[in-house]
Amino acid sequence: MAFITASWNPLGDAFYRKTDLYEMSWSLRDGLRDSLVAAAPYGGPIALLREPQRRSPSSRPQLEIYSASGGTVASFPWKSGPVVQLGWTVSDELLCIQEDGTVLIYDLFGSFKRHFSMGQEVVQSQVMEAKVFHSPYGTGIAIVTSSSRFTLATNIDDLKLRRLPEVPGLQGKPSCWVVLTQDRQTKVLLSNGPELFILDNTSCTVVCPPGLSPQDGNIVHMSVSFSYKYLALLTDSGHLWTGLSTLQEKLSDVDTKKTMAPKQMLWCRRPKSQQPSVVLMWDRLLLVVGVCNETIQYPIEDPCVLVGEMDGVRIISSSNQELLQEVPLVCQDIFKIASMAPGALLLEAHREYEKSSQKADEYLREIKEQSMLGEAVRQCVEAAGHEYDTNTQKSLMRAASFGKCFLTDFSPDQFVTTCRELRVLNAVRDSSVGLPLTHTQFKQLTLQVLIDRLVYRQFYPLAIEVCRYLKIPDYQGVSRVLKHWASCKVQQKDLTDDAIARAVCMKVGDSPGVSYSDIAAKAYECGRAELAIKLLDFEARSGEQVPLLLKMKRSQLALSKAVESGDTDLGECFTGRSQPLQTGFCKLQEQETLKDLYNQDDDHQELANYYVTASYREKRLEGRLSLLQSAVDEYNKAKNEFAVKTTEDEMRLLRFQRKLDDEKGAGLLGLSLQVTMETLLSLGLHKQAEQLYKDFRVPDKRYWWLKLKSLAEKEEWDELEKFSKSKNSELPQLCFPLVVHFPDCSL
Amino acid sequence: MMRLRRSHLICCAASKEKMAAHLSYGRVNLNILREAARKELREFLDKCAGSKAIVWDEYLTGPFGLIAQYSLLKEHEVEKMFTLKNGRLPPADVKNIIFFVRPRLELMDIIADNITSEDRHHSSRDFHILFVPRRSMLCEQRLKEQGVLASFINIDEYILDLIPYDGDLLSMEYESAFRECYLENDQTSLYHTAKGLMTLQALYGTIPQIYGKGECARLVANMMLRMKREFAGSQNQILPVFDTLLLLDRNVDLLTPLATQLTYEGLIDEIYGISNGYVKLPPEKFAQKKQGEGSKDLPTEPKKLQLNSAEELYAEIRDKNFNAVGAALSKKAKIISAAFEERHNAKTVGEIKQFVSQLPHMQAARSSLANHTSIAELIKDITSAYIIQCFPIKSHYVNTYIEDCIAQKDPLIKILRLVCMQSVCNNGLKHKVMDYYKREILQTYGYEHILTLNNLEKAGLLKPQTGSRNNYPTIRKTLKLWMEDANEQNPNDISYVYSGYSPLSIRLTQILARPGWRSIEEVLKMLPGPHFEERQQLPSGLHKKRQQGENRTTLVFFLGGVTYAEIAALRFLSQVEDSGMEYVIATTKLINGTTWIKSLMDRPESPTQ
Repeated sequence: MAFITASWNPLGDAFYRKTDLYEMSWSLRDGLRDSLVAAAPYGGPIALLREPQRRSPSSRPQLEIYSASGGTVASFPWKSGPVVQLGWTVSDELLCIQEDGTVLIYDLFGSFKRHFSMGQEVVQSQVMEAKVFHSPYGTGIAIVTSSSRFTLATNIDDLKLRRLPEVPGLQGKPSCWVVLTQDRQTKVLLSNGPELFILDNTSCTVVCPPGLSPQDGNIVHMSVSFSYKYLALLTDSGHLWTGLSTLQEKLSDVDTKKTMAPKQMLWCRRPKSQQPSVVLMWDRLLLVVGVCNETIQYPIEDPCVLVGEMDGVRIISSSNQELLQEVPLVCQDIFKIASMAPGALLLEAHREYEKSSQKADEYLREIKEQSMLGEAVRQCVEAAGHEYDTNTQKSLMRAASFGKCFLTDFSPDQFVTTCRELRVLNAVRDSSVGLPLTHTQFKQLTLQVLIDRLVYRQFYPLAIEVCRYLKIPDYQGVSRVLKHWASCKVQQKDLTDDAIARAVCMKVGDSPGVSYSDIAAKAYECGRAELAIKLLDFEARSGEQVPLLLKMKRSQLALSKAVESGDTDLGECFTGRSQPLQTGFCKLQEQETLKDLYNQDDDHQELANYYVTASYREKRLEGRLSLLQSAVDEYNKAKNEFAVKTTEDEMRLLRFQRKLDDEKGAGLLGLSLQVTMETLLSLGLHKQAEQLYKDFRVPDKRYWWLKLKSLAEKEEWDELEKFSKSKNSELPQLCFPLVVHFPDCSL
Repeated sequence: MMRLRRSHLICCAASKEKMAAHLSYGRVNLNILREAARKELREFLDKCAGSKAIVWDEYLTGPFGLIAQYSLLKEHEVEKMFTLKNGRLPPADVKNIIFFVRPRLELMDIIADNITSEDRHHSSRDFHILFVPRRSMLCEQRLKEQGVLASFINIDEYILDLIPYDGDLLSMEYESAFRECYLENDQTSLYHTAKGLMTLQALYGTIPQIYGKGECARLVANMMLRMKREFAGSQNQILPVFDTLLLLDRNVDLLTPLATQLTYEGLIDEIYGISNGYVKLPPEKFAQKKQGEGSKDLPTEPKKLQLNSAEELYAEIRDKNFNAVGAALSKKAKIISAAFEERHNAKTVGEIKQFVSQLPHMQAARSSLANHTSIAELIKDITSAYIIQCFPIKSHYVNTYIEDCIAQKDPLIKILRLVCMQSVCNNGLKHKVMDYYKREILQTYGYEHILTLNNLEKAGLLKPQTGSRNNYPTIRKTLKLWMEDANEQNPNDISYVYSGYSPLSIRLTQILARPGWRSIEEVLKMLPGPHFEERQQLPSGLHKKRQQGENRTTLVFFLGGVTYAEIAALRFLSQVEDSGMEYVIATTKLINGTTWIKSLMDRPESPTQ
C-alpha cells in the first residue's frame, strides 16, 4: 500500500498524484522543441508540425500524426502555407489553421478532406493567433488577426463566421485570451495590459474580476476550465486569481512569486473536486497551485506539452506521458495511510485471507459490526475503476468479490459492469491502441463514441470484440463497425471488384442495419461503379437502391426497384415512362403531360375525359365545341357509344342555348337540359321547351312533372287544367307531390 | 391574412386531460401512440430555437388538434399561428416561421409566394418547413424551381400516419385513399398505411398473424413484410399487444357505405358530418335558456361539440340504433333527476358534503344529456325523408323510385348512392336500365357528371350486367346479411346497425374470429381480390402466454374507409360476452356514403364568368 501512496503529494486536504501512462514509442529527433503540437483530449491523437514558420520551399516541414502513446499514424510533408495553429475536432479530424485564414481538414490518417476560409478580410491582415475549442455545438475556431479583430466559428461542420466587434485601444494581438461558452453563447475574454474585456456578438465590455486590483499588474495568462465554468488569470507580478468564469465570484488569489510568464497554464480538476488547482508550466518547472494557496512543485527535464482533461492534466514529453490528477476521494479513503474506511478494511481483510490468516475474520467483523460491508464493497469497486494499474484493479476487485460473499442481498450490477468496463478500458489503453482513457472520461465519452473512435483508427477487430463483449445490440454495435469496415474496404485499390464484393458479403452477410447502398455509394464515389452494382444486389431495401442507381444512370434497374418499393415519391425520379407511379404524379404536375401520356398509351377513354375536362376551361363556345368534338372522336375510338351520344347531345344543347341566348338573352349557356327547360318554362317559352323535350327524348313523366310544377309556381291554373286534360291518365298520381308543395292549389 | 381559429385549439386545450385519458381506456392504450407523436413534435419545435410562428395548411389543424393543443405549442415558444395563404405573411415579432404543410405542389407555390414577398420587408426571420406526413422530392424540387428552397433552415417530415381518434379507433384521415387506389392506380396511400402499421408495431410489438382480403390488402401486407426484412435487427422486444391484423379492402364491401347508417353516431355523421371528432350543429336547439333574457338573440354560430368516449353518455349511446336512443336518453334523464333529488335526503354534514362533491359530475352529465336530447330531436326531424335502406325489393319498384327521385331533382349524391346500390346488389344493372339512369342524370344534373359516372364505373360501383350469374344472393344467404328480425333495442346481431342489414365487412371479421374463413372459402372466392394469411415470426420469449379467459385482440384495418356503423358493429362484437375477441379499428379515412361518393366525383372547373 505504501507503494501506491508514494507518488501522492498532499495539496490542502486532498492529494495529487502522477500516474505513468506510456513510454512514448515515437522517436523525436529534436524532442518537442520548436514544434507546433496539438493533442486532443480524451486520450486523442497527437499532431506535430516541426518549425511551422519555415517557408523555404526546398525544405518543407513534416506534419506527423501519432496516437496518444506515440505510435505513428501518418506523416507527410506540409506543402501548404505557414500554419498558425493545429487542433482536433470531436470526431478526430485534424484542423490546420494557416496564416491566411484557410483551415484545412485532414482525417486521422492524414488524407485531406476539405478546407474553408475564416473570412476574406483575413487574407490581407493574417491570422496572429488561433484557438480550437469544443462546445455542445461541436468544434469551433477563433482567430485574432493582426488588425486586432476576432472572428469566431462555433461549429466548423455548420460554418457561420462571426466577426466580433472591435476592442477599443487594442493594437496587435492581446496579451492573452480565451474562448468562453456561456448560456449557449460563445464569447471571447481577452486582456490588454491590466484591462480585461468580454467580447460577444454585439459588444465589447470592460470587466473586472472581483478581488483583482489593477495594482496586481498586467494579465499575462489566462485559462478556462474544461467545463468552461472556472477561470484562472495570471498577472505579470505572479498573482494567480481563480474564480467563476462568469467573473462573479472569486475562489482564491495566490501569489506564485513567479514573474516570468509560464509556457502553459491549465486547470486541473475532477468532478466533485475537493481541491481544484491550476497547473503552470515553465521550461524546468511544473507548479500545481491549489485554491487553498498551497503548491506542489515538480521539476521538468524535457520540454513538455500539457493536455487538459476533464479529470486531470496529461503531461506529454518526448520520452513519456503522465497523468496528473487529484486522487479521487474513494481512493484516498482506501489507500490513505492508516485509513479506517470500510473499503480499506475490506482490502486488508482480503489480503489477510489470501495469506490464510485469521486476521481476515477480525477485519471483516469490524466492518460488519458497523454494518458497512455493502459500503466497503462499493468503495472497492469504485476505487478499482479509478486505478490505472491492473494489479491494483485486480486486488480491489478481488477484495470486493470477497466482501460480496458475506452479503446476501447485494446487487451485483455495479461489480459486473465495472469488471467489464475495466477490461475494455485496459484493452484500449494498451500502447498498441493508445487511448489512455480514465473511467470518468469513458463514462462521459460514452461507449458509442469510444467504438466510433476505435473505428476511426481502423481497429475493427477490437471494436467488434468490444461490442460483442459488452453485448451491445447488433444494430448499434457490430453492424456499425462492419459498415465502416466495408466502406474502407471498397477503397482498397489492389483488390478486384469480385474479391471485395465477396469479402464484404462474407463479413457483413445479413447483419441487421448495415446498409449496402451506403457501402455501394462509397464504392461509386471511388469510381468503382461495377462494384457498387454488385453490392447493391445485397441491399434489402429496394427504395434505398433507387437514388444511387439513378446517379449511376442505371435507370431501367432503378425503375423496377422503385415500383417494387411502393413509395410513389421515388417515382418522381422518372420522366417519360408510362407507369402507374407516373400517372399519379402527372395528375399533380401538368395536365399537358397527362394528355401526352394517355396519347402514348392509346387510352382513348381517358383522353376523351381529358378533353371533356378541358372543354370546361374554355371560355369561347367554339373552343368548347371543338374540344367536345375531340372527345366524341376519342369516345368513338374507345367504342363508348353512350358517351358519344350524350356528348353529341351536349353539343347540340350548347348550340341551342347559345341561339336562344342570342335571341332572347335567356342566359342558358351551360345549364343542364332539365334546368334549361325549367328556365324556358318560367320565361313562358313553352314552344322551345316542348322542342327540347322532343329533340332530346326526355321521358314524359319527368317533363310533365316539370311542366306541372312550373305552371303551379306561376299559378297559371287555367293553363294547368288545359294541360292535364290533354294528357294521359298517369297525371293525377304525378300531381301528388305537387299537392305537398302547394297545399293551397285547387287540384 | 386571417388569424387562425385559435379557439379550436384552445378548446382542445381545455379538455386536454380528458382527451388524453379516454385514449387509454380501451384494451390497447392508444395514448402511447399519441405520446410518441407529441414527443416527435416537441423535438422538431425545439430544433428551431427561439420564438416561433406556425403557418398552417388549414387541412392539418383538425388532425393536429387530436395530437397536440395550443398549450403544448405555446410551451415551445409558438406565439402566433396563421393559415397558409397567398401574399405577404402577417407581421409577427418572432424569430422562426414554420410551415406545417402536406406535400402538395399547390401549397409549395403559396409558400414560395409568402417567402418572396417576405424578403423585401424582413430579412432576419428563419424559415422552416415541416411536411406531414412525408417529405417529398417533388415538392422540394418545386421550391427549388421557385428559388426559395435555400431559404429554409430546416426541412423535415412529421410522420403522422395513424392518428388516435378514440380509445379503439385510429384513422389516417387520408381523404383520397379510395379514389387513388381504385381510380388512379396510385399506391401512395398503401405505402403510408404500411409505414403506419410499422410504426404501430414498433410501439405495440410485432403482430404475429396477418389476414387480408382484397388487392390493396395484399399489397399492404407485402410492403409490411418487406419493410420488416429491411429493418431486421432493429426489431423491438415488446410483447405483442395485437394478436391479429385483418386488412380489408373497401371494395370487398362496396354496399355498406352506400346505405344510410342507422346508429346514433352514424346518423350524426350522415346528416351533419363529423370531422376530426367534432360536429357542427344548427344552433337553434342549443340556445341558452337563461332567465331574464329575451329570446331574440339566438346564437347564429353553429354549435360545435366534441364527440368521443370521454363523454360518458355519448359512449353509452353512440353505437345504439337510433330507435333505441330515445329510450336510453329518458332512462338517463330519470337517473340524473333521481341523483339530484338525493339532496333532499342528505341530512348530515357528511352526506351533504358527499353530494356536493358529486355535483360537478352530475352537472356535466346533465348538460351532456341536454345536448344529446337536442341532437336526437334534430335528427328525428330529418331522418324519415333521408334514409337509404338496404332491403330486398323488386327491382321494378326500385327503378320507379329512382326515376321519381331524379324527376324531383333530389340531391345528386342521393341518386348516385341509390343507383350504385342497385348495381352492387344485382351484380350490375341491365344495359338498358344503366344507360337510362345515366342519361337521366346527365340531362337533369348536367353533362359534366359524365366524368363522375365514368369514375363510378371504374371503381366498380356502377356496372352493366354481364352474362355471369349474380352471386350476390348466395353471398347474402351464406353470410346472413339480411336479418328479418333485427332487434334494435337489445341487439343480438350486428345487423341492428342498419336495422336489419349486416355489413359484409363486419360479417367477414366476425367469421374470421369464429369459426374461421375456411368455412366460407366459396364466398370468399366470389368477392373481389385474393384472401391470404401471413405469419410474422416473433423473437423467442415474446410468445404470449394466454391466461384462461383472456380475450384476443384484433386490429381491423379498412383500406379505403370505414363508416361509424361498421365501427359500432365491431364494438358490439367486442362486447358480446363469449366472443373472446376485442377489436381495435384503423382506417385510411372515416367515411359515410356522402363523403365517399363525393371523393369519387369530378367537377370540371369552368372559367370564372
